[in-house]
Formats: sequence, C-alpha cells, structure tokens
Amino acid sequence: MRKVTLALPMVPEMEIEASKTATAIAESMRMSPDRIDEVRMAVVEACINALEHSRSSEKEVFVTFEVVGERDPEKLRITVRDTGVGFSPEEIEEPTIQEKLKSRRKRGWGLKIIRGLMDEVEILSGTEGTTVVMSKMR
Amino acid sequence: MKGGDALMTESLNVTVDRRDGLAVVYTEGYINNQGGEEIAKVAYKLIDEGYKVLLLNLGGTKIVNSIGISILIEIIEKMIEIEGKLGFCCLTHTIEKTFHIMGLAQYAPIFPDEPTAVAQLRG
Repeated sequence: MRKVTLALPMVPEMEIEASKTATAIAESMRMSPDRIDEVRMAVVEACINALEHSRSSEKEVFVTFEVVGERDPEKLRITVRDTGVGFSPEEIEEPTIQEKLKSRRKRGWGLKIIRGLMDEVEILSGTEGTTVVMSKMR
Repeated sequence: MKGGDALMTESLNVTVDRRDGLAVVYTEGYINNQGGEEIAKVAYKLIDEGYKVLLLNLGGTKIVNSIGISILIEIIEKMIEIEGKLGFCCLTHTIEKTFHIMGLAQYAPIFPDEPTAVAQLRG
C-alpha cells in the first residue's frame, strides 16, 4: 500500500477519521509515536480548515496519504484538498498570542500549527479550491 | 468523579477537584469546540465561586484542535483580567509542542505533573 485517498463528507468530527488513517499508515512506516502524534494533529487542523472554511458546494474534502521512498519508507506526504472558494495564503497574517488575547477573534491558528508540526508544508489556493500538501520524514 | 461535578459532551468528560483555594479541572477526551466550551463553562463557574488559581490537568486528553485551544485562550484572558493563575499539566508531547507554537506557555505555565503544578501555582 503506497497511496490511500479518503473522501470525507462535511460533517462534524470527520477530521478524527482522517487522523485515524494517518496514524495507521504512519505506524506501518514505523514512524516514532511522537512524530505520529504530530502528524495526527496536523491532519486534524488541515481537515478542520477545509471542513469549516472552504464553503465547498461538493460538501466533501479529499485526503490523500502517500508513503514516499523507493525501498524503505522515507516520508509520509498528506494532501488535503477541497473544492471551495479558496483564499490568499500570503494575505493571512501569522497569529500571535499577544494579539489574540486582545482580539475578540481567538481562532485562526490552523496553518501556524501545521507549519510547526510538519517538516514540509505547501499551500495552493485559488478559485477552484485549496490544497494543503504536508510531509513528515519517518 | 472528583469533587462532585461531571459534564459529558459527545467526546469530552470534565471533572473538578476543589482544594483549598485551588481547583483542578480534569479532561478526558477530544478538546474541540464543544469540549472547549465545556471546560470554559466549568472554569467560569469556578471563577464565580471565587477560585483564582486553576490547574487544567489534560492527562486524559490525547487530541485537541485549534478551535478548542482558542476557547482555552479565552479562559487565559479571563484569568489575566481577574489577576488569577492558570496552569496546565500532564500534556502529551504534541499538545505541549502545540501550546509552545501558539505561545500559550507565556501566559499559562506548563508543568510535567500535577504535584509540581500544584506546588508551583500555590507558591
């Protein structure tokens, strides 16, 4: 098994289903428990962003897990894709706790958490939706 | 159950242990938006009762999301407002790392275990 794709309906707690698949695949790669846990959290955040903010008419989020490596698994690449309205990643200001403590809006941490937990993160977004590609070395 | 209060959501159980001037809030399960709201409800009730030192023992929580943590930030804001103290203990590696990424530890200290947390928060 090198590649698995889930199509998640936009209903509450679907992010947990994606995180379970991430855990199973990372375990099969013999990734360390702490790194698996970090992958799981990043998957939850990427799925929540897609499930909550994409405003996709398809009402589905697609999550693909790929084990990368010629002979031994080297890294786990996860792609979370929605077909929603998209956004401009460069226009998103990085949140800080100081600013959030003063602000009425405390949310908006997802991308910062994903970037902090994964080894590589790329965000592609446009009028046809958003794709987050994130990887963790084994 | 510790201390008498127990609240159930679909995925989070919250219990409280009231001690002399300090309350420990235990969570078990997923801290998402509903879970965060349950914790906040308990924390604000404790504040109304006069508790100004709260410890969130997250030993029974293996997964959180940023929406749930955003609600914890509201509790931190409230504790700053009343000049109280809030600490966390017994976090998983990833939850602790996430709190550091977000900067929560600057305003709510993180302790490895409950006895250390209680001693430090009382100090």
